[in-house]
Amino acid sequence: MKITIRALMGACALSALATAAFAETTITVATVNNGDMVRMQGLMDEFYKANPDIKVEWVTLEENVLRQKVTTDIATKGGQYDVMTIGTYEAPIWGKQGWLLPLDFPASYDVDDLLPAIRNGLTVDGKLYAAPFYGESSMIMYRTDLMAEAGLTMPAEPTWDDVKAAAKAMTNKDKEIYGICLRGKAGWGENMAFLSAMANSYGAKWFDMDWKPQFDGGPWKETLTDYLDLMTNYGPPGASNNGFNENLALFQQGHCGMWIDATVAASFVTNPKDSAVADKVGFALAPNKAGVAKHGNWLWAWNLAIPAGTQKADAALKFVEWATSKEYTALVASKEGWANVPPGTRTSLYENPEYQKVPFAAMTLNSINAADPTHPTVDEVPYVGVQFVAIPEFQGIGTAVGQQFSAALAGTTSADDALAAAQSLTTREMTKAGYIK
Amino acid sequence: MARAVTPRRKALVTVLAWTIGLALFFPILWTVILSFKTEGDAIASPLTVLTTPFTLESYHVVQDRSNYFLHFWNSVVISLGSTLFALVVAIPAAWAMAFVPGPKTKDLLMWMLSTKMMPAVGVLVPIYLLFRDLGLLDSRIGLVVVLMLMNLPIVVWMLYTYFREIPGEILEAARMDGATLKDELIHVLTPMAVPGIASTLLLNVILAWNEAFWTLQLTTSKAAPLTTFIAGYSSPEGLFYAKLSAASTLAIAPILILGWFSQKQLVRGLTFGAVK
Repeated sequence: MKITIRALMGACALSALATAAFAETTITVATVNNGDMVRMQGLMDEFYKANPDIKVEWVTLEENVLRQKVTTDIATKGGQYDVMTIGTYEAPIWGKQGWLLPLDFPASYDVDDLLPAIRNGLTVDGKLYAAPFYGESSMIMYRTDLMAEAGLTMPAEPTWDDVKAAAKAMTNKDKEIYGICLRGKAGWGENMAFLSAMANSYGAKWFDMDWKPQFDGGPWKETLTDYLDLMTNYGPPGASNNGFNENLALFQQGHCGMWIDATVAASFVTNPKDSAVADKVGFALAPNKAGVAKHGNWLWAWNLAIPAGTQKADAALKFVEWATSKEYTALVASKEGWANVPPGTRTSLYENPEYQKVPFAAMTLNSINAADPTHPTVDEVPYVGVQFVAIPEFQGIGTAVGQQFSAALAGTTSADDALAAAQSLTTREMTKAGYIK
Repeated sequence: MARAVTPRRKALVTVLAWTIGLALFFPILWTVILSFKTEGDAIASPLTVLTTPFTLESYHVVQDRSNYFLHFWNSVVISLGSTLFALVVAIPAAWAMAFVPGPKTKDLLMWMLSTKMMPAVGVLVPIYLLFRDLGLLDSRIGLVVVLMLMNLPIVVWMLYTYFREIPGEILEAARMDGATLKDELIHVLTPMAVPGIASTLLLNVILAWNEAFWTLQLTTSKAAPLTTFIAGYSSPEGLFYAKLSAASTLAIAPILILGWFSQKQLVRGLTFGAVK
């Protein structure tokens, strides 16, 4: 009997050892549902070839659900995820909180190759807390044929006056062609991303150095009035419900003369499979008000970060390194072509002669370089972020202000009332949060 | 005396019923139609949508990218498990409240219902921390417990209303014949209440199937039910209506079929106690 038990125990020990030798580390990666991320899921075989001991489990979620889930998990140190996809908004806040592990890549990763504008937004106290997977700015996409018909040419760096003139000339409501399509749907990452960036180009800002909201100032009033003027006269009907996807569909179907939005859209609108105007699209830098040094273009990147609660930091780092490396870019290019590589993260990509042939490559780079998250406005401000303010309270405040401005676009409130409401609600929240003493 | 139903009145009521029925069903129908379109067609104006060709493209994409059967199975286990668990707790509770009410029974019932009025997000962090410490995050058993607790007030209320319609004398008679409490519950009350229990079960399976707060927050991959499956197909940058519709159609199909076959019980469950 004893012998049997011993033999059994021995067998158990042996099998345990054997399992240990072949142990796989499974890491859970939370990500948003966008083309570049989905493409990576299809290319994982290459990663497994180089790292047979690591298995990656994907959790793909809608942006807002993802943000809510990873925030809960990281704040409670739940440890459900080993790699998280986070935006440029979260990276500095979470890095400062100590919720993320600093990323120490080997020299071969070439950290200095990351675009400075993007890298700065992800660095806290000299440490990189997230690795950019793809980066974007915003720019003007316009219909070259409609501009030619109107007898206009788009300057490479147009002002808002140029944009207004072009919108007026291209609008033909009988043919359902609207001079300009802009975001109107309320949300901090929806209309407020556009309007905050536009405000920067009018010399406006969210807060002064004492964190006092600035909606009662002249520049914000000018921004909102011009925006409403453009959209009511030359915009599509029902624009207060339009976000990125709605405008994308309108542009692809030929209903927009101009669209100012994420540079990522360039690959969609120039894709003949989905876009009826693929060969008639030109690009220009996001506008500024004549005489204002800042342009109305934002800066955003989806990044991979490792939460401090993970038990599998080594495997997670290996994955992040692979997914954001030059080699991954080359892999995508070889399988899917240069137009499909994740844009906006590395200098070397834009120096690549093959990539320079992509029609929107140069303008994307110029737009990214023209945005500076650490100095987003004309005047000095106490915050980081171009189209957002990198403080935890901003999501709530930004969405509430966005609702006011969206209502003004829908015509249910006036520009003055919307600005007054924005001023008072922001003052209230900032006082409550302790920024305003 | 029943009121005479004129043919005109009958026609009017029929038209009205059909209109309301179609209006309620329309969003589901539209989802199903969009799921058979390409992304570009799906976001086009409604009239164009009806004239463009149908395609299975989105279903192929969804099939390629997700493990539907894993999510489906998780949904089945979670919704059925939580409902059965809730019934086990609720049957004795409803028995006590219906047949041996105390002075505070009404208050207790109201208090139970009031817990449903609290926003779920208010207890998200405490529950998340408990789950983390008990190792229940991303586990089916954890979700079964949470959804059982969430739906318990409704289950108790439904059973209570049903039990009250059963004459107490029958139970008394059973007691006279020497039935113990256990016998009374299992052999007398439960068989008599089968229709009520069945409709409670069905309604709660549907509620648990559609639950999309806790199931999204407390799971990642292994225990993720169909709600997470749907949530993966909405995209901030890029068209997604067709794929999202395909995923939604796949997610609601099983429960829709279940609902179709059990209409009678469901309607009875929702209306008993309403007309006396």
